[in-house]
Amino acid sequence: MPDLAWFVIRRLFGALLVMLALSLAVYLVFYAIPADPARLACGKPCTPDRLEQARHFMQLDQSTLQQYLSFLKGVFAGRTFGDGTAAVHCNAPCFGYSFPLARPVTTLILDRLPVTASIALGAAVLWLLLGVSLGVIAALNRGRILDRLAIGVALVGVSTPSFLLGLLAILVFGFWLNMVPVNGYVPFTESPVDWAWHLITPWIVLAILQAASYIRLTRSQMLEELNLDYITTARAKGAGELRVVLTHGLRGVLVPVVTLFGLDLGGLLGGAILTEKVFSMQGLGDLLITAVGSLDVAVVVGVTLFSAFLIILANLVVDIVHGLLDPRVSHG
Amino acid sequence: MSSSVAGTVSPTRQALRRVRRDRSARVGAVLVVLLIVIAAAAPLLVRLAGQDATTYHIDLLDPNRGNAPAGALGGISGSHWFGVEPLTGRDLFSIVVLGLRTSLTIAVVVTAITTVVGTLAGISAAYFGGWYDAIMSRLLDFLFGFPQLVFMIALGIIIPARFPRWLLLILVLSFFGWAGLARLIRNQARSLVTREFVEAARSVGSSGWMVITRELLPNLLGPVLVIATLAIPGYIGAEAALSFLGVGVPPPTPSLGRSISDSIAWVYTGADPWFLLFPGAVLFLAVLGFTLLGDGVRDAFDVRLRRTS
Repeated sequence: MPDLAWFVIRRLFGALLVMLALSLAVYLVFYAIPADPARLACGKPCTPDRLEQARHFMQLDQSTLQQYLSFLKGVFAGRTFGDGTAAVHCNAPCFGYSFPLARPVTTLILDRLPVTASIALGAAVLWLLLGVSLGVIAALNRGRILDRLAIGVALVGVSTPSFLLGLLAILVFGFWLNMVPVNGYVPFTESPVDWAWHLITPWIVLAILQAASYIRLTRSQMLEELNLDYITTARAKGAGELRVVLTHGLRGVLVPVVTLFGLDLGGLLGGAILTEKVFSMQGLGDLLITAVGSLDVAVVVGVTLFSAFLIILANLVVDIVHGLLDPRVSHG
Repeated sequence: MSSSVAGTVSPTRQALRRVRRDRSARVGAVLVVLLIVIAAAAPLLVRLAGQDATTYHIDLLDPNRGNAPAGALGGISGSHWFGVEPLTGRDLFSIVVLGLRTSLTIAVVVTAITTVVGTLAGISAAYFGGWYDAIMSRLLDFLFGFPQLVFMIALGIIIPARFPRWLLLILVLSFFGWAGLARLIRNQARSLVTREFVEAARSVGSSGWMVITRELLPNLLGPVLVIATLAIPGYIGAEAALSFLGVGVPPPTPSLGRSISDSIAWVYTGADPWFLLFPGAVLFLAVLGFTLLGDGVRDAFDVRLRRTS
C-alpha cells in the first residue's frame, strides 16, 4: 500500500511542523510573564549579584530564542543547568526544569500522567462502546420507547457539566447508597482491582456525557445508511438483518465516529482534568493549576506543550485509522 | 392576515413560527426568559430577600457538625430561601442568583464576540477561498482539536494580578470560541458562494465587502442564529468549569462554578448536599434551557450542522 505509506509520512511530517510552530508560539507567549522566575528562586535577601547568578544558572540571561533552542535541544538530547558540583542534569526528553520543586518537568509529568490517562482512556473506551451501541439501538427502534430514552440520555448528557454530574454521582452512589468509593486514586501497580473500583464512577460519568453526541451521530448516520441502495441490495440478496446492520450499516457509521473522536480528544483531556478535581485525584490538572498559582513557568510551559503534543500525536493516530477505514482519505 | 400574504412571509418569520409550535423549544424559551429575568433582577431580588452575598451568619451554623448549616435542607428559612453556605453562613440564595448573573453575562458577551468574529472569519474564508481559506482552515483545525482547557488554565500565569479576571475570562473564552463557529459558517457559506445570485452580484461589480454583507450574510442569518444560541450553554458550562478549577471569576464575586467547587468537601462527607444541589440545579437549568431553545431554533431553520467538513 504505497498510497497509505505516503499518506502516513505526509501526516507525520505535518504533525511535526505543527508541534514546532506550536512550541515556538507557546514559548514566546509564556516568556512574556511579568513575574521573574529567577527573583522567585533567589530567596531573601535577594542581592543583585545573587539574582544575576540565579538568572545565569536558570539560563534566563539568554535571549528568548536562545532559550527556546535550548529547550528544543533538551527535548531531544537533555540539558544541564550550571556547571561543576552545582550542576543540575535534566535527561532527555527534558521538558524543562522546575527550580521551585527541584525536579525535571518530565518527571513531574510522568508522575501525574497515569492518573489523567487512566481516567481519559477508560472513559473513551466506555463512551465509544456506549455511544455507538445506543445509537444503533435508537436507530433500529426509531420512534419507539428505546429511541426516545436514548435521545433523552443524550439531551441530559449535553446539558450537564461533567463536574456537576460527577459530584451528584458521588453524592448518590458514593455517599447515600455507599456503593462506590467517594474519591481518591489507587495506582494500577498497587492493586488493579482497587484502581478500577476507584475509577468506575469517573469513567461512567465522563462516558455518559460524551456518549451523548455519539448517540446522536450514530443514530442519524445509521438511519441515513440504512436507506441507501446497497443496504436494500444486501437485504434483497437475503442477508439477515443483524448482518446488514453490523457489517454494512456500521461501516458507514464508523468513519464519522472516528472523525468526531479526533475532534473530541482535546475535550477528553479537559474532561479528565475536571474529573480529577471532582474525585480528588492528583493528575496533570492539579500539577498545572498548582504551578500557575506558584508562578512556576517551567512546569506550566512543560505541561502545556506536553498535552498539546499528546493531542497532536493522538490526532495523527486517528487520522491514520481514518485513512485505513476510508481509502478516499489517503488517496486525496 | 389574508391567505395571499402567506406566500410573502419571510423564511425567518416562518422559522420563528415553527419554534413557537415546538413543545421542547417552548419549555427552553420559558426557562431562558425566566433565568434571564432572575439574573437581570438579581440585585433587586437579593434586596427583596433582605440579604446580601457577603455577610457572615456564624449563628446559623452548627459547630457540632463541622459548621454545616443548622436546620434541615441546608438551613432553609423564611429569610434564607436556599439556606446558607456552610462554614461562613452567607446567604445561598444571594450567592446563587448573583452567580447566575455572572455566568449569563460572561456567556452572552463571549457569544456576541465570537459570533461577530467567527461569522466574519467564516464568510470571508468561503468567499475569498484560495490560500486565505487554506490558512484559515489550518488555523481552525489547529484551534479546534486543541487542549483548550489546559491553555485557558496556563494563560493565567502570564496575566498580571491587577488585570481584571472577568475580562481575562471573556478574552480567553472568545479566543478559543470563535473557531468552532467560523468553521460551521465557512462550510455553510461555501455552498452559497457558487450560487447564481452571488455570481450576479459579482458580475455587476459589487465589491467583496458588499457581496459579503448584502448577499451572503442575510442568507446565513439562520445558521448564525442557531449556532449562537447553541453556543451560549457551552460558554455557561466553560465559565463554570474554569471557576470550578479556581482559575475563573475570583472571590468575592459570586460564581456558580466556584460554589460547586467549594461544595466538594461537603459532598464527600454528605454533611451539606444542599450546598451542591442549589447552585448545581440552577447551572443545569441554565444549560438545559439554552440547549432546548437552541435545538428548537435549529430544527425550525432546518440547518444541518456538521461538525466535520
